[in-house]
Amino acid sequence: MQVVVCAKQIPDPATPYELEPDTHLLVRPTEQILDDTDRYGVEMGLQLAQASEGTVTLVSMGPAGNMQGIRQALAMGADKAVIVDDPSLRGSDALTTARVLAEVIKREGFDLVIAGTESTDGYSGVVPQMVAELLGVPALTYATAVTAGDGSVTIHRQTAAGYDIVEADLPAVVSVTAGVVEPRYPTFKGIMEAKKKPVETLSVSDLGLEPDIRQKVVSVEPAPERQAGEIVEDDGEAYLRIVELLEKVKVI
Amino acid sequence: MADVWVFCQEAGGEPTSLGLELLTKARELGDVTALYLGSGSDAAFATLGDYGVSRVYHFDPGDELASGPVAAAIADLVEEHRPDLLVFGQGYDDRDIAGRLAARLGLSVLSNAVDVAIDGAVTTRHEIFGGSQIATATVEGDGPYVVLVRPKSFPAEPAGGPPPSVTSVELPDVGAAKARVTGSHVEEREGPQLEDAAVVVAGGRGLGNPEAFELVERVAKTLGAATGATRAIVDAGWVPYAKQVGQTGKTVKPDVYIACGISGAMQHLVGMKDSKTIIAINKDPEAPIFSVADLGIVGDVHKVLPKLAEALEARAGG
Ligand SMILES: Cc1cc2nc3c(=O)[nH]c(=O)nc-3n(C[C@H](O)[C@H](O)[C@H](O)COP(=O)(O)OP(=O)(O)OC[C@H]3O[C@@H](n4cnc5c(N)ncnc54)[C@H](O)[C@@H]3O)c2cc1C
Ligand SMILES: Nc1ncnc2c1ncn2[C@@H]1O[C@H](COP(=O)(O)O)[C@@H](O)[C@H]1O
Repeated sequence: MQVVVCAKQIPDPATPYELEPDTHLLVRPTEQILDDTDRYGVEMGLQLAQASEGTVTLVSMGPAGNMQGIRQALAMGADKAVIVDDPSLRGSDALTTARVLAEVIKREGFDLVIAGTESTDGYSGVVPQMVAELLGVPALTYATAVTAGDGSVTIHRQTAAGYDIVEADLPAVVSVTAGVVEPRYPTFKGIMEAKKKPVETLSVSDLGLEPDIRQKVVSVEPAPERQAGEIVEDDGEAYLRIVELLEKVKVI
Repeated sequence: MADVWVFCQEAGGEPTSLGLELLTKARELGDVTALYLGSGSDAAFATLGDYGVSRVYHFDPGDELASGPVAAAIADLVEEHRPDLLVFGQGYDDRDIAGRLAARLGLSVLSNAVDVAIDGAVTTRHEIFGGSQIATATVEGDGPYVVLVRPKSFPAEPAGGPPPSVTSVELPDVGAAKARVTGSHVEEREGPQLEDAAVVVAGGRGLGNPEAFELVERVAKTLGAATGATRAIVDAGWVPYAKQVGQTGKTVKPDVYIACGISGAMQHLVGMKDSKTIIAINKDPEAPIFSVADLGIVGDVHKVLPKLAEALEARAGG
């Protein structure tokens, strides 16, 4: 099975995020990590590909930087990567992103596309569905379990109350939740091998696309602050303060 | 007046609270049409009318996955009628349908909005960086515009309107984009529904082990509260996903939110920081949860919660 995994590089969420003053776009350092959301997609892709002697191709859009995030996914076991890095894509909205990803995916060929449910830095939460529409295939979304084989795919699709079982013929797009599988850590051997794996960098003109980014952040301001509360050290009796407050707000 | 279309889904035979919130807001913006997904009934349509809807397009995909055919059907209607604005919630089917629809028609989508205005062009407000900053965004060029709004951004209030006119829309065959729903699994739940509860008691990794979630449940029971959780303990398998509060879980706005052993990560805060009163118990005085807490107890959940439960049980008993 030919599996394509959408994998995004993002600034490390453990560092404070910054916006460029004029454009309000996120500052993207040279060193970016693999979005944690997509580690689950990479692992899921590897498991499904390995079960069917298939391949895993990573598709990514954004400033390539030193490609640390992509190398991380290759070190986990993905076979190769295609990254679209073009200054004209700065500030892409979900639709532009989906158009670029879908174009690369078409060129690579696929049985199954895997994405995360929402990226950590952008969290628009609609890119996988858009990619599916552009490819003319179903989007099996919010998967907490995935099985594939014999030309079809079945998932547990998370709902507000539990989950639905959803199935479709391949090719298809699946978006996976965190926790769908336990991502592996790259081994030393994997890290060494990743250095030799093919990584193709493309521009939008290579893809014959013309980005049309219509969305814009016009201003950013601090949110109204919540009034500072009271902090008390527990001396064994602090629970009484909770009881008092619950009385005061008439919950008890 | 702007022509505003609002996606609204059915649960338990009635429109969801998310749909009703969006309808309430949409009334301020213009003339409201509902895109209603579900079995549909006179009672459900009457509720839509009560929330100010004048016209309903009704979609019932049966056991087909809704997103493909419903997005295709809405796209045809949008081409024909050119509404100014389409509003969806930041929900599951909402995201699927809005995403496919927008890709089909080449429309830009504004996600995760907490407010929306339309004055020729559309402007939206978004909470970023865990709600510490507010971004205002817009889409250049002509509509229709597509906006996804976070749950609990607006109160749901009926306006008292007559039953709307209802058109049942036939769903097209989407061929290779088809998927089937072959089963449905509902997780057991005790107590009130998380999204609607007046009091929520939530637990995080600071509880230390899955058994300790019982402390949270015990306190919740005495208060008639719902229980909630962080993603950390949902991913760890301590509690079902249905209890997750935050960015990728539920948004809650109860009168009281009690956070037990929760650090207060950005993605958790966006789901609960608008609660009226927030109480936090955490042994780390530097925990970010304290920045939104009205009352912060620096202490051990294993010491504070049993005493709290006892005191509350004693009151309830006596
Ligand atoms: C894309 C994305 C989406 C996300 N969506 C969500 C979401 O919807 N909801 C969500 O919750 N998270 C979400 N997260 C995860 C989030 O970033 C945090 O990792 C998570 O909220 C942390 O959970 P926690 O507070 O339980 O654990 P931790 O951050 O590990 O915090 C545990 C806390 O317990 C305290 N503690 C330890 N022992 C004790 C004790 N004995 N008594 C009292 N306190 C104690 C510690 O001081 C610490 O502050 C998301 C992350 C990403 C990347
Ligand atoms: N720039 C990108 N490059 C690769 N994959 C992406 C990109 N943006 C979004 N995705 C995929 O789409 C998922 C959802 O992202 P989003 O819709 O931005 O919340 C992510 O988890 C990725 O799998």
